[in-house]
Amino acid sequence: MQQVFKRPISLKDVQTHFCPGCHHGTIHRLVAEAMDEFGVQGRTIGVASVGCSVFLYGYFDIDVVEAPHGRAAAVATGVKRARPDSFVFTYQGDGDLAAIGTAEIIHAANRGEDITVVFVNNTTYGMTGGQMAPTTLVGQKTSTSPYGRNQHKDGAPIRMAELLAQLEGVAFSARVAVNSPRNIIDAKRQFKKAFRYQVEGKGFSFIEALSACPTNWGMNALAANERVGTEMADYFRLGVFKNTDNL
Amino acid sequence: MKRLFVKGNEAVAMAAIEAGCRYYFGYPITPQSDIPEYLSRELPHLNGEFIQAESEIASINMLLGASATGVRAMTSSSSPGISLKQEGISYMAGSELPGVIVNISRSGPGLGGIDASQSDYFQAVKGGGHGGYHIVVLAPSSVQEMYDLTMLAFDLADIYRMPAMVLADSVVGQMKEPLVPNKRPVADLPAKNWVVRGKGDGEQRVVKSLFLGDGELEAHNWKLHRKYQELKARECRWEAFQVDDADLLVAAFGSTARIAKTAITMAREEGLKVGLLRPITLFPFPEKAFLDATARTKKVLVIELNTGQMVEDVRLSVARDAEVGFYGRPPGAGSLPTPEELLEQIKRTIEV
Repeated sequence: MQQVFKRPISLKDVQTHFCPGCHHGTIHRLVAEAMDEFGVQGRTIGVASVGCSVFLYGYFDIDVVEAPHGRAAAVATGVKRARPDSFVFTYQGDGDLAAIGTAEIIHAANRGEDITVVFVNNTTYGMTGGQMAPTTLVGQKTSTSPYGRNQHKDGAPIRMAELLAQLEGVAFSARVAVNSPRNIIDAKRQFKKAFRYQVEGKGFSFIEALSACPTNWGMNALAANERVGTEMADYFRLGVFKNTDNL
Repeated sequence: MKRLFVKGNEAVAMAAIEAGCRYYFGYPITPQSDIPEYLSRELPHLNGEFIQAESEIASINMLLGASATGVRAMTSSSSPGISLKQEGISYMAGSELPGVIVNISRSGPGLGGIDASQSDYFQAVKGGGHGGYHIVVLAPSSVQEMYDLTMLAFDLADIYRMPAMVLADSVVGQMKEPLVPNKRPVADLPAKNWVVRGKGDGEQRVVKSLFLGDGELEAHNWKLHRKYQELKARECRWEAFQVDDADLLVAAFGSTARIAKTAITMAREEGLKVGLLRPITLFPFPEKAFLDATARTKKVLVIELNTGQMVEDVRLSVARDAEVGFYGRPPGAGSLPTPEELLEQIKRTIEV
């Protein structure tokens, strides 16, 4: 019998701690598939951030450095400069990358560091219990925006993929979603592109994945999936915002 | 051996290169900018990397990343910038990462001023960030020591797998003195079998400071604690100047110790038996040197360019029946004491 589906070799054979309906597991798989595709597992150094994704060293079978909250892009810069032959990626949530780590991500991108940044946007701080994030949608209720995000007080959610695409140092910037088979297939394609930029030494690549957080959104998995494709994708448009080499 | 005439800050940069450091990450701040300026000029010719980062926070985290791969790397700054680095230093201590941090300190609190100051003693030796850790702290008082202790900082950081700080001030950083650029000492360095490198066919390696399993974090902290005890037992360094027959022991570190030494020489010329005990390692603090010296000399005068910080460690270290006095001034323009001023204090202490 022909095997048509299996665990990527870059992923460990373990259960994750993620909540039911969370998209981190799918996004982990896409990262692992991209590593497998280019055969870079053995020379990969991952940089874990603070939040639900901190345990990625428990799931990916690769060397990992754990960064302080928001500093993953700076840590990755140090790793890559010291070991230019390694494949370096960060995996960061929206609070980590778009709030406390804004300076680090913008400047790593602007320097055109030869790294890949995986940005998981679920419009909330998942690990700490669902507080307002820089990506929380206007009107969205969270544990620290109980009356809904107020644009005049809290600002509007930040579109990181578009923002970073403006910088000269960025080679590739895209936003994907993993809420449907069709979106997953497209996301897989974009992850490969993002990784290919670094494999070919072509500069900074950024991939934002819209992700569901049913637990903190107070929804079941199906409703959360639905929200990603509607409310979220309406504001955070899916697409490729920069692709310098047309990979 | 050739002799050079260089600034203290340049000596730090030269020593880093001699020690095999090829990676520097920093952000401009007075009075230490000679260090990044020197290394931005030299490192590109040595296959190294110099990054002027967007902030001190980013610099310390670049250092964390580079150190995790096993290379020798450093950052430098001055007091307000060192405050920003404390987060990263805590993570490096927790992750058992080596790395050298140079603090050419200035006066504070806040923006303070750019004058020489010793007001960062507490921050440096008591663990400036969260979590109850220590780092190696070395206090040079000459351009030669800026060079030698910077090299030592790299060795101690590698041997004990922890951050090491060179704590100086603008007096030592900005003055020019003769320097003998010694070769890198031969040290018995442990193999770095913990660095991330891309696992290849080997075992996964993880550099981290998060320990959530039952008892894991406690065990980790006991391990760190044992390391600090080992440092105290093995690595204390100090200078003893005319202490054997002294009736009064002056204790001072860094730039202040130089002024104190001049005052002591003046006192000796007047027939007063005064000696100097100068801690070179501020952590580990040379507790035993103070205990031993105060077995005989019962009067101690601690002099600092602050309102009293190291004096606390001296009080904890001396013999029970020793009296510890303090003279110091808070940092600020014109605060540097003169030798005459210190001689006056020495006389007053002896007379009491």
